[in-house]
Amino acid sequence: MAKAAKQRIRGRGLIQLLFAALTNSFVTGFAAGRIYQGNLKHLCHPGLNCYSCPGAVLSCPIGALQAVIGSRAFHLSLYVMGFLLLVGATLGRFVCGFLCPFGMIQEWLYKIPFPWKRNRFRGDAALRYVKYALLVVLVIALPMLLVNDAGAGSPTFCKYVCPAGTLEGAVPLVLLSGKGPQTPTDAALPAGPLQPQALPGLPAGQPILQGTTALPGIAAEPVYRTGALFNWKMTVLALVILLSVATYRPFCKYLCPLGAIYGMLNPVALYRLRMEDSLCIHCGRCRKACLMCLDPEHRQNQAECVRCGDCVNACPTGALSMGFGEKKRFGETAGTASPAGQGRG
Amino acid sequence: MKRTPPRSRAASPRTTPVRNAKKSRLWIPLSLAGILLIALGAARGEVDTVFRKAIMICLECIGIG
Repeated sequence: MAKAAKQRIRGRGLIQLLFAALTNSFVTGFAAGRIYQGNLKHLCHPGLNCYSCPGAVLSCPIGALQAVIGSRAFHLSLYVMGFLLLVGATLGRFVCGFLCPFGMIQEWLYKIPFPWKRNRFRGDAALRYVKYALLVVLVIALPMLLVNDAGAGSPTFCKYVCPAGTLEGAVPLVLLSGKGPQTPTDAALPAGPLQPQALPGLPAGQPILQGTTALPGIAAEPVYRTGALFNWKMTVLALVILLSVATYRPFCKYLCPLGAIYGMLNPVALYRLRMEDSLCIHCGRCRKACLMCLDPEHRQNQAECVRCGDCVNACPTGALSMGFGEKKRFGETAGTASPAGQGRG
Repeated sequence: MKRTPPRSRAASPRTTPVRNAKKSRLWIPLSLAGILLIALGAARGEVDTVFRKAIMICLECIGIG
């Protein structure tokens, strides 16, 4: 493999690691078993990163989407949808390949040697539609329609499926429970998940949380009930971990609703995979290198492409490249697509 | 039997340079729509809803509630 390709692979791994570390940099949370409560949590993380993770400094977009849809005040989240549209239209699934901590964990797991590694199998194509169904049913429809007496919906995807929440939130919190002052939990709320002023010990109208200090009236030793729901979620997590060893990014391929949203925007996103037809020798190495089982020679910007760049690294002639916008060629002005590059999906 | 290579989409008569150029620029209106939605959502107070949810450990979200 060429030196430049090796550097690109190392570079992507480094970006993944740095971004995951940066967006989970609340080290105190891991030490004390509590979560970050500062102002950065007004913003969403572009990837799947549970906001109940002790280190997380940003909000999970899928959790936030369900929270707003399931709230009594709103049934549609313009803020989160706008954020996802902006990120998706500019970066597409570059987020999956470079910025998602859970994607990075799956890639690490795939590096574990295993005798039965399979990415191409019958039913793979059909299974990839499951994530769209999860997006519509568990992320949008059920939190909107299935409400309690107080009119608040439940975050059904997080509750029943999301293995990222189990790995990044539940496991560390259960392991760290009982270490110092705790973050309040939404179980402390008397009715509905979004009534912070109704917390015990707080007069109405008082700012609920300042920095990362514990609140008066909040139990210092929270009881984490690890019952049937926890067992179910641990089973889902264990399955995803085992599958990640055998197949490349199974959660991203089949279950991730965030990947479904970014996938729909991938064909038109500014960050693109580009093909120089005149340089292509049709050797098929890009197709063999693609762990998402795509054909970059003929379709560059499919919904499933996570922009990992393996095809670019495998290309012996440099016909494939990744970057923002279409590649400008000599004598070509901005906005003029060359016939060689037309029709690329 | 000789295997024929898959037909390139570039040969498709349905795609034109103009259509392709339009598609490659679709990110601009979509990004602008995204910014507009963010502003509208922020104006009606959704950011606080996101914040309030994110600063409390969501027990049912992570399966320990």
